[in-house]
Amino acid sequence: MSQFVMPSLGADMEDGTLVEQLVAPGDPVQRGDVIAAVETQKGAIEIEAFEDGFLDRWLVPLGAKVPVGTPLAMIRTGDPPATPDIPQPKDPAVPPPPPETPQPAEPDLPPAVPEDPPLAPEPPAPPPEKMGTSHRQRVTPAARRRAAQTGFDLSALGGDRVISLDDVPSAPTADAPKPLSAMRQAIAAAMARSKREIPHYYLSDTIDLTAAEAFIASRNADLPPDARLLIAVLFIRATARAAQSFPEFNGYFEEEHFSPSAAAHVGMAINLRGGGLVAPALLDANEGNLETLMMRLRDLVMRVRKGRFKARELAEPTITVTSLGDRGVAGITGVIFPPQVAIVGIGTPGWQPMVIDGQLVARRVANITLAADHRVSDGHRGARFLRSIIDHLQQPEAL
Amino acid sequence: MNDKDIRALMIRQLGQIAPDVPFDTVDPDADLRDEFDIDSMDFLTLITALGKELGLSMPETDYDQMRSFVGLQRYLSSHVT
Repeated sequence: MSQFVMPSLGADMEDGTLVEQLVAPGDPVQRGDVIAAVETQKGAIEIEAFEDGFLDRWLVPLGAKVPVGTPLAMIRTGDPPATPDIPQPKDPAVPPPPPETPQPAEPDLPPAVPEDPPLAPEPPAPPPEKMGTSHRQRVTPAARRRAAQTGFDLSALGGDRVISLDDVPSAPTADAPKPLSAMRQAIAAAMARSKREIPHYYLSDTIDLTAAEAFIASRNADLPPDARLLIAVLFIRATARAAQSFPEFNGYFEEEHFSPSAAAHVGMAINLRGGGLVAPALLDANEGNLETLMMRLRDLVMRVRKGRFKARELAEPTITVTSLGDRGVAGITGVIFPPQVAIVGIGTPGWQPMVIDGQLVARRVANITLAADHRVSDGHRGARFLRSIIDHLQQPEAL
Repeated sequence: MNDKDIRALMIRQLGQIAPDVPFDTVDPDADLRDEFDIDSMDFLTLITALGKELGLSMPETDYDQMRSFVGLQRYLSSHVT
């Protein structure tokens, strides 16, 4: 019997809400099966079993928000349960689901309150004294102002003493300035941590994309749209290839030391309509042919746009690529996504004059940058790593 | 399929890709990708869906004719039999 725990969901997420139990007690599970879905700031994340066996029972009810590492279910490994219809005792230890709180804000990030919160409409003039009431409620000006801003009803406090600021809850109850969205908070937390902890250094160069674009164009010429490649898959594959030769850019820096990763799980920064971005991984981006990688990229983008991805994809990128696509600007220098140690940025391709063999020629080029972690590597190796990505892109047929 | 059907199909497909962009706010002569804020993956998704529905291959070498809503509509109309 082993525990199935809430997996790590990336550096910026500490908990998640169990929203789907996709396997019933007694059902078989196989390593890699999606057996639960968890709601996070970044959308619904599917969680996979990590071993074969049978689901014994759920330990966390639907709707419960629990920290990473919390046991969610018990998995019985080996033989099927002898008596599959053991009546499920109602487990008294399991607390009922907490009441639904539509409050996405994490407690550790204060809601962003503008310095001058917009004043709620002037508090209605104090209601005319009710004739015959014994005395008038006395309220300090500060308390009255806060009540006006937050919509708090002062009459709820009674009138037997002076109402001071401390009596009025500061939590806005109505017309509150909008707190940061959960997605924006997650990005803010991860990026602030990155800038606080990671001593970034930056390098840049120009990629000649002529060969890569010609390769894509000739590959796609006779293919129906759903089989066509985007140049992004070349960027991902070239980065994965280079990362294997330069392990100090591919892995995790955690607890004061760096662990290189044997596999290259290349995170792809994907913009979300309506704001925000996520950078889930194309796992094992060195494996399979380019067609397979493209299919996986399409599938990933599709699922991300629907707000649904697998826990491993979010938690396990070992390096990230951020590409501005064909409608961006010349260059982007990324912020490393902790605990990763490098991010490659690729600008929008365009025409530029280049000198090749003494001749001035027009070539398709893009700016490429590397932001890397000085705790793990230096500019000299960084430059070689970046050069390696560029070199791989000069031989697209070998990718 | 007549011009009106093609236009309706385009609006429907674009609505799935860019549900947040009301069709009546876009300039039909401007770059489709800017108007609907779609990236190369979205554009490929659009071309895939339209090509399947209309039985067209829509090769990459023709992409330049598909840059605006009007251009794409004209392209589809002239290729659909």
